[in-house]
Amino acid sequence: MPIVDTQLVLYDDDYRRVLAVCERLARDAHAKSVFVVDKNGQLLAEAGDIRGLDTTSLASLTAGSVAATGGLAKLIGEDEFPIHFHQGQRDNLHMTLVARRIILSVIFDERSSLGLVRLRVKKATAELARLFEEIQKKSERARSGGGSPFAEITDDDIDKLFSE
Amino acid sequence: MSFINYASREINCKIVYYGPGLCGKTTNLQFIYSKTNPELKGKMISLATETERTLFFDFLPLALGQIRGFKTRFHLYTVPGQVFYDASRKLILKGVDGVVFVADSQVERMEANVESLDNLRINLREQGYELEKIPYVVQFNKRDLPNAAPLDEMRKMLNPGGVLEFEACATSGEGVFETLKAVAKLVLTDLKKMAGN
Repeated sequence: MPIVDTQLVLYDDDYRRVLAVCERLARDAHAKSVFVVDKNGQLLAEAGDIRGLDTTSLASLTAGSVAATGGLAKLIGEDEFPIHFHQGQRDNLHMTLVARRIILSVIFDERSSLGLVRLRVKKATAELARLFEEIQKKSERARSGGGSPFAEITDDDIDKLFSE
Repeated sequence: MSFINYASREINCKIVYYGPGLCGKTTNLQFIYSKTNPELKGKMISLATETERTLFFDFLPLALGQIRGFKTRFHLYTVPGQVFYDASRKLILKGVDGVVFVADSQVERMEANVESLDNLRINLREQGYELEKIPYVVQFNKRDLPNAAPLDEMRKMLNPGGVLEFEACATSGEGVFETLKAVAKLVLTDLKKMAGN
């Protein structure tokens, strides 16, 4: 039986470290923008030019697309397709699975190239994999050690949210 | 699974609307979308066929308010109800925090309801979840139709465990927000319980 994912908890300092990797990648790869998305569709970090982008929808659809392609992979006997590339007329989208839980998504145009993006993504992927291994451990500790903000929440707080 | 972001002070949860084809899952989301303050909702996405049948999922991000300084956000998803889209349904259930089972009250859809509920149970189990242990509510939709089955009968077949249930008419919106509030509340209560352990 598969293991149910644990709740993901992202603390300020970890978020800053993830963001720093994204910002560096956006710069080094000459990308328009970089996103880190949870496999379940939650947006974790974003960098670069995100003006006019619906980042919540982008995160959800990225996860959906990777999940569907992962399903296809299994059907043909592959475990996953870890790299996805979509070529557009102006903008391109490069998605990479990191540590089986996170998706690193890069949007780039003619100012960059697929080769450069691949090269820079490779380095960022290794850094993110290390970071998320730590984040995962911290999340598990938070869950078992009562470190969740929910430990403080009362039934009244929840009721208040729903009383209009 | 829920995601707690201390950097943006946000808690994100995922709720999935499940049920047989044409039972009104998308209609539930459309009603919520139409009645929610624009500041509290994101764009609703529907990946549908040309005949407006859900192909992969509908998605609606919703903000519910703050709890102890944390913004609570719910991501609502529907699954494609048609039997042959089972592979897609499994994918959408990944990382789910709460489930709404939307049952079609029409007598002739009873078999489809039972089949879909069995399918939900099987697909959850594949992900390592038990329906009895996750935040879960039942909505009896289309109560306004003349061929609606008696409630007692539906309850016996589709809610023998007696979880929270709601009568609804998703096209007019009756029961839609009640269902959403109930499952959201169960999800938050469950998170609190997990944190307390």
